[in-house]
Amino acid sequence: MIKDQEYLSKKASYCLDLSKKLGATDASVVVRNSISETVNFRNQKLDESNRSDNLAIGITTYIGKKKSSISSSNLLSDNLNTLIEKCIETAKNTPADEFNSLPDKDLLAKEVKDLDLYDDTHIKNEDKIEYLKRLEVSASNNKKIVNTESSFTEDKSNFILANSDGFCEGYKDSSFIASSVTVAKDEKSMERDYEYSSKCHFKDIKDAEILGKLAADQTIRKLSPKKISSEKIALIFDKRIAKGILNTFASAISSSAISRGTSFLKDKINQKIFSDEINIFDKPDILKGLGSRNFDSEGVKTETLKLVDQGVLKHYLVDTYNGKKLSLKSNGRSGGTSNLYFNRGKVSFNDLLSSNSKCLYITETIGHGNNIVTGDYSVGATGFLVENGEFKYPINEITIAGNLNDMFQNITLADDLDFEYATNSPTMMIEGMVVAGK
Amino acid sequence: MGNFFEKSDLSRNEAENIISDTLQKCDDGELYLENSKSESILLDDNKIKNSSYNSDLGFGFRAISGEIVAYSHSNEISKNSLKQSSENLKSTLKSAQGSYNHSIPKSNKKYYENINPIDQKTLNEKIKILNDVNNYIRSKNKNVKQVTANFLGEQKSIEIIRLGGETLSDVRPLIRFNVSVMLEKNGRKESGVYGIGGRQSYDSYLKEDNWKNVCDEALRIASVNLESKPAPAGEMKVVLGPGWPAILIHEAVGHGLEGDFNRKKTSAFYNLMGQKVASEGVTIVDDGTIDNRRGSLTIDDEGTPTEKTVLIENGILKNFMQDRMNARLMKTRSTGNGRRENYRHIVLPRMRNTMMLNGNHTQDEMIKSVDKGIFAVSFGGGQVDITSGKFVFNCTEAYEIINGKIGSPIKGATLIGDGPSILKEVSMVGNDMMLDPGIGTCGKAGQGVPVGVAQPSILINKMTVGGTKL
Repeated sequence: MIKDQEYLSKKASYCLDLSKKLGATDASVVVRNSISETVNFRNQKLDESNRSDNLAIGITTYIGKKKSSISSSNLLSDNLNTLIEKCIETAKNTPADEFNSLPDKDLLAKEVKDLDLYDDTHIKNEDKIEYLKRLEVSASNNKKIVNTESSFTEDKSNFILANSDGFCEGYKDSSFIASSVTVAKDEKSMERDYEYSSKCHFKDIKDAEILGKLAADQTIRKLSPKKISSEKIALIFDKRIAKGILNTFASAISSSAISRGTSFLKDKINQKIFSDEINIFDKPDILKGLGSRNFDSEGVKTETLKLVDQGVLKHYLVDTYNGKKLSLKSNGRSGGTSNLYFNRGKVSFNDLLSSNSKCLYITETIGHGNNIVTGDYSVGATGFLVENGEFKYPINEITIAGNLNDMFQNITLADDLDFEYATNSPTMMIEGMVVAGK
Repeated sequence: MGNFFEKSDLSRNEAENIISDTLQKCDDGELYLENSKSESILLDDNKIKNSSYNSDLGFGFRAISGEIVAYSHSNEISKNSLKQSSENLKSTLKSAQGSYNHSIPKSNKKYYENINPIDQKTLNEKIKILNDVNNYIRSKNKNVKQVTANFLGEQKSIEIIRLGGETLSDVRPLIRFNVSVMLEKNGRKESGVYGIGGRQSYDSYLKEDNWKNVCDEALRIASVNLESKPAPAGEMKVVLGPGWPAILIHEAVGHGLEGDFNRKKTSAFYNLMGQKVASEGVTIVDDGTIDNRRGSLTIDDEGTPTEKTVLIENGILKNFMQDRMNARLMKTRSTGNGRRENYRHIVLPRMRNTMMLNGNHTQDEMIKSVDKGIFAVSFGGGQVDITSGKFVFNCTEAYEIINGKIGSPIKGATLIGDGPSILKEVSMVGNDMMLDPGIGTCGKAGQGVPVGVAQPSILINKMTVGGTKL
């Protein structure tokens, strides 16, 4: 059983009290318990079961403007005492930083709304196995599929965040994740692709047969890929890739990158960085949302932000420390965005596909080729050649490159936004990027 | 031997009984206990931004029957908790009818000392070095806009208890020191990163102002990038410098030669054993036995002593990297490559120090032979799609080569290639093999483990460079 609020709060206040007693002027603590059970299948047989039970604690102590932190999964009380002593000792010896502090009291979350993030359903291993059997039968239907690996994870967690200004809140959340990775083979090639479904509530998980079929279909259509010549060509990003570009935008507007001067979007507040039709929201209170939260990792309340309004950058993602440095109030984004999404575009998916006589549809990128200091972007890619709106053949071993400053200005969105992930984008077209191939 | 049972209501004897009760009909498995301590001290933006300390304790209990692995872990070493894990494993492996494989090779060799690097230098000494780093870099170049430097130190004690009470243990030190610099000139920003580390004390790397070399290198890379122009796009010849660029080897062929992917036939290499997969003259080994290296291990996380495993010899595929389970299922022996990030994770076959050995060409020869291509000296990260064999890595320092001469620096670009065929495109292997500076972390299935790489300069006939200039 997952530890209850009372148990976690007790641990948290023990740590706060001891920190104060040992000389901390302020302190904050987070205690989290999570229990996760996974079953893996491979080629329609049980492959692995994995149970994990984790209780961990993180403490930050302040002595005036000096700060230090510790974390531990060793919760034996004498170990905890030693660690807190060490934390205070380290804080004493660490130089002061004028911007170190707990969040402003008036910004702390006052209420914790029920965002329906917890589903108490326990899926027995037999039932996980039954789901995976159905999934893998469906995924293995086509004889081109030579390997399937699928898994079902049930994850429950509970936490308390507390600080010496009296904040003490937390809540449970759950996630159910089903996934399938399939390998397909023909004479010329072997390819891999995947599909997954991750939800707070069990009943919202994709049907096993549908998930298996999607994974298999997405893999089979990649077989016998070609490499194309280097050229400048319009790119269409599948939703699962388009959301990555949105996440890169989010890291470039984090107050830490801005205050350190290491983002290409520094000093771009109130400037037009996207085309007119682009609006970007970060909405923390979506019921059952995968990124939903009542407060950020410092306890600061989170409200919906329209980060980009008609192409104009309106907010950075501000935490307490960097906010003080930038003379901005925290907007509850310590730890990043919540449910981040682009608005819906105006054109249909099909119209987007046929808006150029020839384009590439990108389904996967590999590598870590986005540099948020310069905005330079260059990654490996896999996808399809599209001519006059029709998928012609699969493409691989190419790279796509550009600069995010230009890429952002050249985005066109389809009208097919939905909320599958914590970060969501409709299908996205970017013109003017360079493909390197043969 | 560790003191994992000292403060627990569970005695070693009771633990051994639970282990034998759980594993008796299994083919393999063990109780893995881990106690780790780590610190991180970060200087950023002219200040000590963070000083943190982590203490982690827990166990992972594994039972294997046939192809099925059951795993359960907890951070609570207690009677109750271990019993619960045992029940969990037994319920997964209800029908296990195997016989436990007791054999595990022994060795007395050790590849690092039993030290705790965290305690070997005081906090104030570490803070002083970080401040010196900051002042040194900022005084050297007026375009410096940001300096980040950090220390990471760790000591991990592990103990493996097998059926029958056989116990194997190891204490592993690890440190890393990193410097990152951002320059700004005429409105243009570029950065440079460098670091060093391994399984020794901080002083082994930083004494006598050695840290200045790390700063100089980070600053040099950033300065080069400030003058860089757009990278070319398309297929061309690529010369790779020695040392760290060997992450090409790690991504292009290393992952594809891990036992699990080959047992499951999902690696592009699974049916190529004994065949020619690289040009003549190309020999690649995975070595866990080099003293004090980041990727070295006295024993792996299943207790098998590590070794120097020949993967590719003179172009021919010789061995895969194996843990115990994949070795048993593929009817071979473990090569001591069974690793895990920590007790929260299952063991997988993972690389240690992956190295291409020397040939007899010089870097000069290679560059002179290229009409149009690039010379890549340093890289950021890489990634591979095991199944299609396609891999990428990102240049962080590269130059164009025109008519046999090194030209201007070029902007960071991704290079993409095909793992099974890239090594056949290697047309010269250099005589200047170098180990990387000790900074690599490899990710697989959500687990990060420290690794090393090494190679001499090499010339690749054809690779796709992901620039923007057509």
